[in-house]
Amino acid sequence: MKVPEADIQQALNDPRLQLAIYTATGRLIDHRAGVVSAEALPDYQALRNEANAIKKHTIENLDYYLEQLESNVIAHGGNVIFCRNGEEAADFVLDLAKKRDLHMLVKSKSMTSEEIHFNERLEKHHLEAVETDLGEYILQLAHQRPYHIVAPALHLTRYDVADVFTKELGVENEVVIEKQTKIARGVLRRKFLEAGIGVSGANFLIADSGAIVVVENEGNARLSTSAPKIHIAIAGIEKVIPRAQDLAVFLNLLGRSATGQPLTVYTSLLSGPRRGDEIDGPDEFYLLLLDNGRTKLLADPEKRQSLYCIRCGACLNHCPVYRKIGGHNYPWVYSGPIGAIITPQFHGVNQDTWLPFASSLCGACAEVCPVKIEIPKLLLKLREEVVVAQRKNDSDGMERFAFQLFAWVATHPRIYLLLASLGSIFFPLVPHIGPLKKWASQRTVPEPAKQSFHQYWASRSIGRAGWSNRNDGA
Amino acid sequence: MTAREQILSDIRKGLNRAAGQPLRFEVAPLAAPTLRIPRSDRNLYVDLFVQKFETLGGKSFRVRDTSAVVPAIAELLKQKSAVASNSPFLRKCGVTGLPQVHAGFTERDELKQACAAVDIGITSVDYALAATGTFVMLSSHNEARLISLLPPAHIAIFPRSLILANLDELLSILPRPADQTSSMVLITGPSRTADIEQILVRGVHGPGEIYAVIVDAE
Repeated sequence: MKVPEADIQQALNDPRLQLAIYTATGRLIDHRAGVVSAEALPDYQALRNEANAIKKHTIENLDYYLEQLESNVIAHGGNVIFCRNGEEAADFVLDLAKKRDLHMLVKSKSMTSEEIHFNERLEKHHLEAVETDLGEYILQLAHQRPYHIVAPALHLTRYDVADVFTKELGVENEVVIEKQTKIARGVLRRKFLEAGIGVSGANFLIADSGAIVVVENEGNARLSTSAPKIHIAIAGIEKVIPRAQDLAVFLNLLGRSATGQPLTVYTSLLSGPRRGDEIDGPDEFYLLLLDNGRTKLLADPEKRQSLYCIRCGACLNHCPVYRKIGGHNYPWVYSGPIGAIITPQFHGVNQDTWLPFASSLCGACAEVCPVKIEIPKLLLKLREEVVVAQRKNDSDGMERFAFQLFAWVATHPRIYLLLASLGSIFFPLVPHIGPLKKWASQRTVPEPAKQSFHQYWASRSIGRAGWSNRNDGA
Repeated sequence: MTAREQILSDIRKGLNRAAGQPLRFEVAPLAAPTLRIPRSDRNLYVDLFVQKFETLGGKSFRVRDTSAVVPAIAELLKQKSAVASNSPFLRKCGVTGLPQVHAGFTERDELKQACAAVDIGITSVDYALAATGTFVMLSSHNEARLISLLPPAHIAIFPRSLILANLDELLSILPRPADQTSSMVLITGPSRTADIEQILVRGVHGPGEIYAVIVDAE
């Protein structure tokens, strides 16, 4: 796919949207900064190193930990289902709902489910899937995909939400955020009490415990996993960590990096169905372990670090590109810098060839990444792969020719000098020359210096001789 | 090939591993977990807990002993209905005997209906964490999941001795919480969202009001 230029231009020219993105990501940046500072969390850098080491170890031994996880989930009375892709995951759920004669399920926020178009797959077969996270619920009503990994409706204002609620729920126009929240609570409360199945994602899978960990702020994930009689969790295979005690590292980083909270409001560690004399909780527990392309990322020892991601969204908030073009201009549900490195790896570098190039390589993403994924380095690596793949197609001979020409000029000083002096005369015309117009439209074209470096050097009073004299004297 | 076999085989292919191969530490070692537990005076935990809990929007009461609990929450319960958990500590505090408090549920559907109808859920806690102002609740016969979740307000009553330093200390005491329960939840403040314009709203799906009653002597 090509760069969605028109859509990007539209986003850039929409002042309301620009303000919404800038304000929301700005708040998230500030909140994070307050809780990872040296005063607030002296061990922050040590925690990042530990998180990186644990993720590295786990991914290098992924098969081992998945089998350990599986046997421990089963030991606690749960079921584990491996799914190659979204279709297999959806088919399992559809099948189970049919067997139990259930027609509606409640869902808490899960990027993994977004990735496989879970809801659409179920609805095609008349199984209603209700999103219960406030942001996701608004988006489901508005028929949009998440704008941000953590704050899905980041691009919508209270007025947008009012329009969506009026249109889809038939309520009076309501622009007070507290009251909008109450409306959603009311509608969704009934769904929670009726639903026979609750579906959640998982932030972590714990191998030594056969448990999943779900973090959230609203309570909808707790309700989804506790009120219905069946709990189904969907998670990518890369979410596994070895030990429950590793949560001391990851929980200390996740909330802080995502929303600036030392701990999110609810952190649930769930394992299997309810036991013995526990009063409530589900009777059945299923863990769906999804591949959907993840195993393809393992072959390259460097690129496999993309699988360390804990989906905190910090790299999006700090990315100068994301903050301008927004989430929907990325081709996949994972946007921002992390999206730019995982999308080409999941879909193939031939798909969205522009994506690894849509970065200024400023390095902010790597600096804030809690698990220390070297995003800029991987972007460069992917750029290289894109170029190599394209060279095979030989579609961009022009660019190659231009650089060969430049290399030749730069290694012939007399010609370089001649062209440089001509350049300083003609440079002001740059913004008006055909293909350069586009380049200049997004930049301030620098003015050439009145005097070139060569001229300046020659005109200095001491000049070359002066230097050598002084050196002789010393 | 089943999906399970294929995924495991694809992983092994990518990683150059063989089926049943033990952990490979030489590529990426795994250190013993680092738990950071501050060595401070345990008596300070209660003050830290109260400070953090109230910053989050919770309200706390400190009482001398179990006999002072009912008078402390009388104002909160006035004109209200509540469900209390089966925690023996609540019984000891006399909370379960109050006229507006429904208690003694052992059946899931009955409990769910009751919790959906009342104003307040009353529980104890298994632990509390000072550093973050957190309640730790393990699902059991004594503590059901929904009491701290469905009603619009939650009151947790517990002795101060249950306050730990932080999450790391909790994980040192419970290295594998799933061995004991199907559900351990950490509750840190009232239910909240910032999904619309990043503006904070309390009480979305869980309780918007939470209270801690900390009993000094058991």
